Amino acid sequence: MAEPPLIAGNPTFGKVTDVITKILEDKTQFRWYIAFGISSAMLAVLGGLIGYLVWEGTGVWGLTNPVGWGWAIVNFVFWVGIGHAGTLISAVLFLLRQKWRTSINRFAESMTLFAVICALMFPTIHVGRIWLLYWFAPVPNQMGMWPNFRSPLMWDFFAVGTYFACSLIFWFVGLIPDLATVRDRAVSKIRKLIFGVLALGWRGGNRQWKHYEVAYLILAGISTPLVLSVHSIVSTDFATSIIPGWHTTIFPPYFVAGAIFSGFAMVMTLAIIARIVYPVNNFITINHLEKMAKIILLTGMMVGYAYATEFFIAWYSGNTYERFAFIRRAFGPYGWAYWIMVSCNVLIPQFFWFRKIRRNIVWLFILTIFVNIGMWFERFVIVVSTLSADFLPSSWDYYHPTWVDVWTLIGSFGLFFTLFLLFLRFLPMIAMSEVKGVLPQADPHHAHKANEGGQA
Amino acid sequence: MSEGKKVMGIVAQFAGTAELIAAAEKVKAEGFSKWDCHSPFPIHGMDQAMGEKRSNLGWIVGACAILGGGGALLLQGWSAASAYPHVISGKPLFSYQAFFPITFAVAVLASAFGSLLGLLAIIGVRLNHPLFESDLFKSFSDDGFLVSIEADDPKFDPDKTKEFLLSIGSGTTELLEYSE
Repeated sequence: MAEPPLIAGNPTFGKVTDVITKILEDKTQFRWYIAFGISSAMLAVLGGLIGYLVWEGTGVWGLTNPVGWGWAIVNFVFWVGIGHAGTLISAVLFLLRQKWRTSINRFAESMTLFAVICALMFPTIHVGRIWLLYWFAPVPNQMGMWPNFRSPLMWDFFAVGTYFACSLIFWFVGLIPDLATVRDRAVSKIRKLIFGVLALGWRGGNRQWKHYEVAYLILAGISTPLVLSVHSIVSTDFATSIIPGWHTTIFPPYFVAGAIFSGFAMVMTLAIIARIVYPVNNFITINHLEKMAKIILLTGMMVGYAYATEFFIAWYSGNTYERFAFIRRAFGPYGWAYWIMVSCNVLIPQFFWFRKIRRNIVWLFILTIFVNIGMWFERFVIVVSTLSADFLPSSWDYYHPTWVDVWTLIGSFGLFFTLFLLFLRFLPMIAMSEVKGVLPQADPHHAHKANEGGQA
Repeated sequence: MSEGKKVMGIVAQFAGTAELIAAAEKVKAEGFSKWDCHSPFPIHGMDQAMGEKRSNLGWIVGACAILGGGGALLLQGWSAASAYPHVISGKPLFSYQAFFPITFAVAVLASAFGSLLGLLAIIGVRLNHPLFESDLFKSFSDDGFLVSIEADDPKFDPDKTKEFLLSIGSGTTELLEYSE
């Protein structure tokens, strides 16, 4: 059976340009304004709450002793995880020559970028006195102090910072040919100027392309280990401590699988919305969504396996504290969160075994929302339920978030969606030059093959 | 001002990827040196057709990675063992194992900047290239497959080059002329 074409509707090169650039050349849709109004209002709430936090201190959050890492760190790990699908799609699938990625890579990379911005915000404001944040950086200061590079918190600072910078560069390099397309179609002076500068004088000559392709390949190559390393290093924030429930070697692979799992769910949710709002159904086809659903199923089972392994090791280690931590995790005061996590991350993805469900937009949308919820709860379980009962029973406490915690999380979605809506409105949301490159007529031997009657 | 028109080069359009590759082989055989093939996406096999060498960007990025990673390792080792020595959890001052994550991260970071800046340095950023004045040329970013030959090329002659390009299968050509 022949594979279905990557891009449906057999468009010409010109048609690809027209469909994608029209989205940003046409008048802004009214519903875009509505969506932008809601998301920027949420962003304003976030801004206000950050101001309140900086003014009052981190006491406005529900942080207690022993739960010194509350929702802020839960949200941080959640958002960094979301970002991972973008890098996987743009870098790993590129190296594996998975051509179907071309329709969704721009989309997923942008999501990565905005998710990492949301992620970076949380530890930044969590330090409380954010004007002293530069103490993280290895710059000489008046106290003659240097950062402790043996601390995983420093590794994390560098890992996530590098991740953001690399994702930004990769995203921008991928955008250059498309920015040139917008520049060359621009009518107004201001658009000509802005896109003229952004496209950096791109002329699409082979003497440019040959270096460009190497640059893109290298960026894919160096981003690929980042898919594994960033969330591994995030997990060392937990794993290098001695808290029962955190001090396990399974954390790095477990975190990475969870990150890809949650990231694909988020890409899918956003792609389904974009398909409804914009005329991109021929680019992001149901085949793309089905492939993503399969990856969600695979990584969901890896996550489920990790949950089981954690329990097995807690029992097998014979360590009383470890056993206690896990029994308490599932059946203690936070058991409700644990079972939400298991239902959303292990049971819900099992629906994706069915081809009918994998190819049904409504099902996909609902199920990926559940995965997103489940992955937030996974981080909540790891951070809060573990910390709430440390080695000293006298300090055990139940953690309650405050209204500031809740609205800061909601506000971070405002930040994410505001950036995403701006991207959808002002930049080409699908990598036009890459999509053109995978059309059958892009192959110089296409006409030759067609004449021979073979499969082009 | 009115009499002097300066010719900057010529642009010729071809039908598709296969035609552009065939044209590239002929332009190369004719002995031109300052020319290029423009397309909306990179075309497989164009480097051979144009006789282009491999890009050397990889060497630049490799040097950036070594400098970045080496610098990060030195900074960590020096600050932890010499500038600010503190015993933490009884670990040795120069705990190279603990320095690995940041060494790796900075090496990747330096490579990423090396790729972007190296790319821009090699291909050059020219916002006002004469080609941008041509409407025919602008189709390269949409669906156009074009050959451009610069007037600086020793073999360039406005009429003969145009004839040559039409003879190798170009449908349309445009001479890039600017009033002095």
